[in-house]
Amino acid sequence: MNIIEVSNLSKCYRIGSPSDLNAAESNKFIRLLKGPLNNYRKYKSLYTFTEAELSDPKPRKDILWALRDISFAVQPGEAVGLVGANGAGKSTLLKVISRITPPTRGSVLLRGRVSCLIEVGTGFHPELTGRENIYLSSTVLGMRKREVDRKIDEIIDFSGVEKFIDTPVKRYSSGMSVRLAFAVMAHLEPEILVIDEVLAVGDAEFQRKCLNKMGSVGKEGRTVLFVSHNMAAVTRLCDRALLIRNGQVVLDSSAADVVHHHVSAGTDDPTFREWRSLDDSPGDDSVRLRAVRIVNESGSQISDPVSSEPMGIQMTYDVLEEGHLLSPYITVVSEAGIDLFSSASQSDTETTVEKNPGRYVNTVWIPANLLAEGTHYVRVVMRSIKKKSRPFSERDVIAFNVIDHSEFGPGASWWEGRASGIIRPTLNWSSEYMPPAMILED
Amino acid sequence: MTSETGSNVEIKIVPVTPFGFPDFRELLEYRDLLYFLIWRNIRVAYAQSVGGLGWAVVQPALQVLIFSLVFGGLLKLDPGDGVPYPLFSTAAVIPWTYMSGAMSMGSSALVSNSGMLGKIYFPRLIFLLNPTLGGLVNFFISLFFMIAVMVFYQVEVTSQLLFFPALVVLMVLTPLGISLWLSSLTIRFRDMRIMMSHLIRALVYFVPVMYPSSQVPDHLRQWYIINPFVGIVEGYRSCLLGEAMHWDSLAWSIGVALVLLITGAIYFRRMERIIVDVI
Repeated sequence: MNIIEVSNLSKCYRIGSPSDLNAAESNKFIRLLKGPLNNYRKYKSLYTFTEAELSDPKPRKDILWALRDISFAVQPGEAVGLVGANGAGKSTLLKVISRITPPTRGSVLLRGRVSCLIEVGTGFHPELTGRENIYLSSTVLGMRKREVDRKIDEIIDFSGVEKFIDTPVKRYSSGMSVRLAFAVMAHLEPEILVIDEVLAVGDAEFQRKCLNKMGSVGKEGRTVLFVSHNMAAVTRLCDRALLIRNGQVVLDSSAADVVHHHVSAGTDDPTFREWRSLDDSPGDDSVRLRAVRIVNESGSQISDPVSSEPMGIQMTYDVLEEGHLLSPYITVVSEAGIDLFSSASQSDTETTVEKNPGRYVNTVWIPANLLAEGTHYVRVVMRSIKKKSRPFSERDVIAFNVIDHSEFGPGASWWEGRASGIIRPTLNWSSEYMPPAMILED
Repeated sequence: MTSETGSNVEIKIVPVTPFGFPDFRELLEYRDLLYFLIWRNIRVAYAQSVGGLGWAVVQPALQVLIFSLVFGGLLKLDPGDGVPYPLFSTAAVIPWTYMSGAMSMGSSALVSNSGMLGKIYFPRLIFLLNPTLGGLVNFFISLFFMIAVMVFYQVEVTSQLLFFPALVVLMVLTPLGISLWLSSLTIRFRDMRIMMSHLIRALVYFVPVMYPSSQVPDHLRQWYIINPFVGIVEGYRSCLLGEAMHWDSLAWSIGVALVLLITGAIYFRRMERIIVDVI
């Protein structure tokens, strides 16, 4: 039997129509008199929709369909990711399922208790102590007092703030209160867990702890609905995912499949870009960018680089004029938009020798075990040294996902919070040993 | 993996229907939350204060002192039947303090918790029950002041005191009925918020708190007692001071409270789900 059944779910919002603004100045006085009545009508229309409005086949300017005719079912124990661009309707769907906002049409059937984690620290009050906040937040999230009584020691232990547990939360550092809030969430025992971007807060180590705990949640047979922009997290945590676009489910498949579709915006492969026509390609009269791709050690194009193997970012460009000193470089940008590193060619000829017209293929080699797990974006730039200009500078020209399968990776369960950081290089360690006798000098 | 409520819970989420009553069984499920929210408000209200819950006594006592000085002392207002003014005033100030507080906090309960409304679900009625039931804690503590005044003036307790529990129930239900209406209206029409504080301040003159209701001209009394608070305040006085009960005003109070409660519950149930989209 399905634990979640969503049938023909639709949710409409009324959005401002420009008609209000166009009223002629002369009508101002009458409008002022009619004001309260019009306001009342306007408020009422915010949440009431006539059948005629809803079944209008033409798209209406004043109605936004945040969700349109969504149907899907979830089996007990499944972890389902909801993937889609901002504004696609993922959060609205979660809000309807968690009963925060009502649907306009259709229905949702839930066979079990639901806990909804849309925010870390819901119900926290700064004046209360940690212990008091555990009780408050747990009951806000749907637990009964006797359940909290039973788990309170475990929650305090997990949070790691035992020492301050009877201190008001306003004296906590923000990290401490987040840890406490998460400890509460981690000990909820609903049949259905709804999670929306909670992972966006906290440091990398904390996020990893969340992911691990949630991974174990899935194994306990709990049903999870998970919205995140972290595609690596979706891939690892969810068996299945729904791709939502314009309020509709456009793909219901395995998580890996859906993530691939989403990152590649449906048609293209995001790890590969090519400009067939010279006129459309980025650049100027001197040089044009023609293609960017990812290759493995043997030089063949790949789309799923693994962090344990070296990978090459290969750019192809055409030089069209003689007499330019052209030097390309690339920048790898993390999912959060941080420039991880830039790299330009190290060869001397690059900056001193003018390039002859023709096609050039440059490959930058990223060593194995350098990138951390997650989505990465690449920026490719061409510098024209004599002209002091940049013929092209393409942001996010390709994107690729790194999955870390190593024992240090975030999926490793033997040590929570292992290998945090935005890059994960393998470094050499040296080690010396001194027997006790040598330390006990003097 | 069995939770205590079992896995036979079944929740059906459908569009808003125009008529119906709140789900009282669900409310019962969340009674622990209500308890903690009430407890939180009391804790937070008196956090870092030395007086603590003692303020629940001091506030009405100050009010009575001011009324007694101005109306009893300066204006020489005579409550009649040989009742001293401070005693007369205390019997009304204590329930009125509760009712005006419950009404203003209950009416703004949804607006002031709008942040939580969009983040988490639980029966929205809890937001209203929180100030109405939470205020009772202060009310019962302030009763010690009432008892002290009654002992001081050597009031003889009569069998009228048996009405007291019923009056407490009526005193809770009336502001609750009003909050049911006003809380969701306040979300939709922000004007209500501004009006509310003025209304409550004005309302005290239409309730026999500072003056005895015998001062109201006889031909106006039939209109005066439609105000449900009149019956409650008169009832408290009769019950505590052993005067004859005013059944006319009390009947109105009960009637109005019931109408407000039932219509308010229906209206609130329809609005409680929509408000998130309107905030």
